[in-house]
Amino acid sequence: MSKLNQDQAPILEALRDFKKMRVVPFDVPGHKRGRGNKELLDFLGEKCLTADVNSMKPLDNLCHPVSVIRKAEELAADAFGAAHAFFMVNGTTQSVQSMILSVCKSGDKIIMPRNVHRSAINALILSGATPVYVNPGMNHDIGISLGMSVSDVQKAIDENPDAKAVLVNNPTYYGVCSNLKEIIRIAHEKGILVIADEAHGTHFYFNDRLPASAMSLGADMASVSMHKSGGSLTQSSFLLISDTLSEGYVRQIINLSQTTSGSYLLMSSLDISRRNLALHGQEIFDKVIDYAADAREEINKIGGYYAFSDELINGDDVFDFDITKLSVHTRDIGLAGIEVYDLLRDEYDIQIEFGDIGNILAYLSVGDRRQDIERLVSALSEIKRRYEKDKSGMLSQEYINPEVVMTPKKAFYAEKVSLPIEESKGRVCSEFVMCYPPGIPILAPGERITGDILDYISYAKEKGCFLTGTEDSYTERINVIK
Amino acid sequence: MELWFTEQHTKNVNFSIKVDRQLYHAKSEFQRIDIFDSPEFGKFLTLDGYMMLTDKDEFIYHEMITHVPMSVNPNIKKILVIGGGDGGAVRELCRYETVEHIDLVEIDEMVVAACKKYFPKVSCSLDDERVTIYYEDGLRFIRNKKNEYDLIIVDSTDPFGPGEGLFTKEFYGNCYKALNDDGIMVNQQESPFYSDDAFAMQRAHKRIVESFPISRVYQAHIPTYPSGHWLFGFASKKFHPVTDLNMNAWNMLSLKTKYYSTKIHVGAFMLPNYVKELLESVE
Repeated sequence: MSKLNQDQAPILEALRDFKKMRVVPFDVPGHKRGRGNKELLDFLGEKCLTADVNSMKPLDNLCHPVSVIRKAEELAADAFGAAHAFFMVNGTTQSVQSMILSVCKSGDKIIMPRNVHRSAINALILSGATPVYVNPGMNHDIGISLGMSVSDVQKAIDENPDAKAVLVNNPTYYGVCSNLKEIIRIAHEKGILVIADEAHGTHFYFNDRLPASAMSLGADMASVSMHKSGGSLTQSSFLLISDTLSEGYVRQIINLSQTTSGSYLLMSSLDISRRNLALHGQEIFDKVIDYAADAREEINKIGGYYAFSDELINGDDVFDFDITKLSVHTRDIGLAGIEVYDLLRDEYDIQIEFGDIGNILAYLSVGDRRQDIERLVSALSEIKRRYEKDKSGMLSQEYINPEVVMTPKKAFYAEKVSLPIEESKGRVCSEFVMCYPPGIPILAPGERITGDILDYISYAKEKGCFLTGTEDSYTERINVIK
Repeated sequence: MELWFTEQHTKNVNFSIKVDRQLYHAKSEFQRIDIFDSPEFGKFLTLDGYMMLTDKDEFIYHEMITHVPMSVNPNIKKILVIGGGDGGAVRELCRYETVEHIDLVEIDEMVVAACKKYFPKVSCSLDDERVTIYYEDGLRFIRNKKNEYDLIIVDSTDPFGPGEGLFTKEFYGNCYKALNDDGIMVNQQESPFYSDDAFAMQRAHKRIVESFPISRVYQAHIPTYPSGHWLFGFASKKFHPVTDLNMNAWNMLSLKTKYYSTKIHVGAFMLPNYVKELLESVE
């Protein structure tokens, strides 16, 4: 697929050359290669701080790249099969927001599943776009929300032919993919753009045993969290576009909110990681796939746990499944996912990605070792032996279909009043409530607060979920529309 | 020409042995394996540059990790040794006619092959018909065992590298599960002296205390290990290592040992005050 020589890493090479020049810094950053901040230098090391430099002619400028960053972006675009790739240093959150801001102006409609990450709904507050929510499918046995079914998307398009875009998770946090190919076909038929949140899908671009990537299927934009499965530094990300969008316009949108002091630590990590994936992605993710398969088999042998995988595929709202994901359903041993998550960390020194009401998710990557995966399996076996409980009275549902009363932007900026959360039933919420991770809102601004939702929040709190989003940091009070 | 093997016991302390020549070097899937010959200690084995055993002092470690549990419960018949691919612990255990079966689980087949070739006096019982060798991760092996062994000996490397999983709470919990009601677990437990080793020793002790009703620590002097002061853990479901010691029964066996005796056994559990404090602070 690559047309360029993926062996290059222009930003890395430019930084290496720059270090050799021993240029005397009378520019920012003020730590001056770390000499002005010894404690930081001792902690992060000289190699790190001498690469923490400012934009300058030999190193290009992220806001308007013309040389090495431009070249690195072209290489990334080539590796991902996109018309252009933007280096992003404000997280995939900014990539997702830039996608939505690029395709929707105030008042425009965007079709999206409700189980999106908060960054997508935040973009609606910024842009003033109106969401047309498609309720995701549900698997009631394991209590997770799935992808969107094509017929639901078709219905949303038919009812909203003026929609500007469809946003698709490819995949969801749990690794579930919608039928993106068909969604792209029916959307494009009506002139509607398709943008993909691929925060959990970087690896799809580099291994042929995984679900198809958004760009390969003809999506118009995709946000790719290189720092998740791609191995780059936290907060670095790519925004990919096809030739249906103007690179210059998308750059302008990005520059509305992106720093003008782009970090070369983040950019070089993107450059190096892109090269690594382009050259070795197939073998790297083959290994991760094997690790995950082995771990699932061993976990399922313990009994009580259900480590699920591509057997969930049903041709519709689970059109495909990311088999590198290690998700485990825990309710049958009488423990909420969040309880297993806490036990793993507090009792066994094992940190996993998240635990929610019924499931845990362990993130596997190229950095894993077989013996560490064995530790996880052994600890799960021990948790079952020592903590297994009766499962009656446990909540099963991860997702409650919302009643949307007004747009997120209108609700967020409306006159509001703060109420004790237990007295808020029936009111319209003006802020987010979510467990973080995974960061999928239980309530978003503009949605009706129901008894079911309050029960869910109180159960999540009781089990130890970390609730965020509300102005009140303890989530004891909630802002509702006056 | 002078050739020296040096191991850093701490960032500020080196331990060096004059080497005559290197006999073996290999890189396995798990670690770097080296065997040297030396004037003072004879042949010695290092893994990733860390001293594992020498001809001269291996008897201390291997006698103390085996005879202590064997003399507390003379009815031990089925044993699991985890790590210990050199065969030293198995050699001592095979001296008991009452032992019926030993499973040895060593992650690194190359260690066993190298020891068979270069340390025949240590590995001599690995071919005993009562011994079955499994080449796999000890943590994985034991996870599937329940109520099966009378004794588990954890003859691990250090709590970093391939031996890391053998110092974890999930491992000790799985050992508990794999032992029967009379079960005893003995483990090598690092040194109390240098702070990094002491920290690892305390962590291991804390996790064992959380996993077993009885958990005591004993010591031996091993010249080639950091500080020379080495600890072992004795954990069990039922037996106390000193009050349940059956001195007469063991002495009747007339096993000839160079370090272990039933008196050393009792004495080994008498720990220096600073070590007692380190242990009590995590109990």
